[in-house]
Amino acid sequence: MNRRKFASNLSLATLSGLLGTRIVFANKAPNGYLPIALQDPDPFALFNKDKRMVVLNDKPWNIEAKAHLLNDKVTPNKYMFIRNNGRIPDTIDAKSWTLVIDGESVKNQKTYTLRELKAKFKHYTYQLTLECGGNGRSEFNPPAKGNQWTVGAVSCANWTGVRLRDILADVGVKNDAMYVGYHAADTHLSGDPNKEPISRGVPIAKAQQEETLLAFQMNGEDIPIAHGSPLRLVCGGWPASASGKWISRLSVRNKVHDGAKMGGSSYRVPCETVAPGSKVAEDDMCIIESMPVKSLITYPKSGALIKLDKSLLINGHAWAGELEVHNVEYSIDFGSSWSTCTLEKPINRLAWQHFKAVINFPKKGYYEVWARATDSKGISQPMVLPGWNPKGYLNNACHRIAVKVV
Amino acid sequence: MDDNLEKHRKQLIRPILLFLVLILLLFGGLFYVKHNPKILQSTETVVTKSFEEGEEEIVDGIHIETGFVEDEHMQLVIQNCTSCHSAKLVTQNHMSEEGWKATIKWMQETQNLWGLGENETKIITYLAKNYGPETKGRRENIEVIEWYELK
Ligand code: HEC
Repeated sequence: MNRRKFASNLSLATLSGLLGTRIVFANKAPNGYLPIALQDPDPFALFNKDKRMVVLNDKPWNIEAKAHLLNDKVTPNKYMFIRNNGRIPDTIDAKSWTLVIDGESVKNQKTYTLRELKAKFKHYTYQLTLECGGNGRSEFNPPAKGNQWTVGAVSCANWTGVRLRDILADVGVKNDAMYVGYHAADTHLSGDPNKEPISRGVPIAKAQQEETLLAFQMNGEDIPIAHGSPLRLVCGGWPASASGKWISRLSVRNKVHDGAKMGGSSYRVPCETVAPGSKVAEDDMCIIESMPVKSLITYPKSGALIKLDKSLLINGHAWAGELEVHNVEYSIDFGSSWSTCTLEKPINRLAWQHFKAVINFPKKGYYEVWARATDSKGISQPMVLPGWNPKGYLNNACHRIAVKVV
Repeated sequence: MDDNLEKHRKQLIRPILLFLVLILLLFGGLFYVKHNPKILQSTETVVTKSFEEGEEEIVDGIHIETGFVEDEHMQLVIQNCTSCHSAKLVTQNHMSEEGWKATIKWMQETQNLWGLGENETKIITYLAKNYGPETKGRRENIEVIEWYELK
């Protein structure tokens, strides 16, 4: 080790020492860049997340929950997953924030301040399920590209805001309106100011639903920065990427919105099912709309040891995109037989539903408790992985926990 | 009498020691700054300096700063693949040579990734070798991190 090297290591060490933390990736920080580690060394403190949340990626921030952290009926911020495609905007001024409504199919282009939006339109609160389209991606074989989400990229919080349809009525929408696309304040990872990291949206019919909100509150408080403050589009039951964060402009389009991450294999799956590992042409990919039926056992945590003379209470949530869940069953014999769980009605459309069951095990041994939900059209979760697709979306295979009876 | 002398000696020894320590700190500090002038500049400069020289700590075959597997062409991958997103987005993934090639092409066409020239094959070789596809079957065994007694 030469002396210059030693000196530079020493200075870095000194700096780390001063801050009481290690500077991760400092050697790759571009010139003039103050690492986020220096602004706040701890993502859990930065975003008010529980320490048991799992960081999949630290630039950009992608953080998921574990099944047992999602036991609350209404997901609190500390257990809510974070998915970012770009950099979180570093300056957000709610006072001067404006929302522009434009596009080919808008009658009168308008700009609202946040205050005007709040004052002019009626407020609604709904509990809405938001699941990342790629939740469960890590299980696909051959592996699918992207952040390797396991089960924790789902949440169901209370969102308060104004209905998008009320705003659309105010600006007037032409008959040829097909899609509403969003534009937001996050910035592209390459630093290119002319490039949007993500600009997706929903067909006009979804935009016109009662529960589709432009939200300014989450769980009764201003939306946290990582979840889209001050204004977030919330389209429950659809891939969470349709629920754009930091919204500054909505375009009413006379065609399918063509923003970033609307094409290629992003948030799209083969229109016709394909063999695992197949190459799929762009034209043969279709946009994901409603998410499929799914459930999660949130209690107990996988790995429980219980006594033979004790019964086991399990509980969790089930959701089905645009649909309602009709029943949830559990199996302790690898799907050979199924028993019915108690299932609650959703508090409102597009909110997840809670299930529970009490299980008595016949003898000692290793068990897996599997849960399987069925939607209002009679479609159930598969026990193995569903159809492979290039980006590993829509894995709604049964959730399983391991239990040993001793 | 002897006692008194001893007392005086004790009284003197503290300021002398303190003085010596101060001298040592002053000269030590000057010496350090002389050989490492950048300490007086902003934090960014310190960080950048380290960037130029690279930190090479490898433990159990893993490059500590990034988490990359140490192997031929790792430096090329660090230089080209960690400025937009962290290495974690790379190391989470497993792809064949063809898959990595397609991912790079996708980033070049849509995400502002620059041309990699003759380094491209080297980078792809490294990635496909160390982050190649694993076979998982249709459903893996449940991995239990820790068994615990449920009360
Ligand atoms: C110019 C910026 C830039 C550079 C340099 C870059 N990437 Fe990326 N990469 C991106 C962006 C942007 C994404 C998409 C992030 C998102 O949407 O979550 C991405 C995504 C990825 C993904 C996930 C792919 C997917 O389909 O989601 C992988 C794997 C990846 N990059 C690997 C690499 C490798 C390997 C290199 C070096 C050859 C590299 N990146 C260099 C910008 C870059």
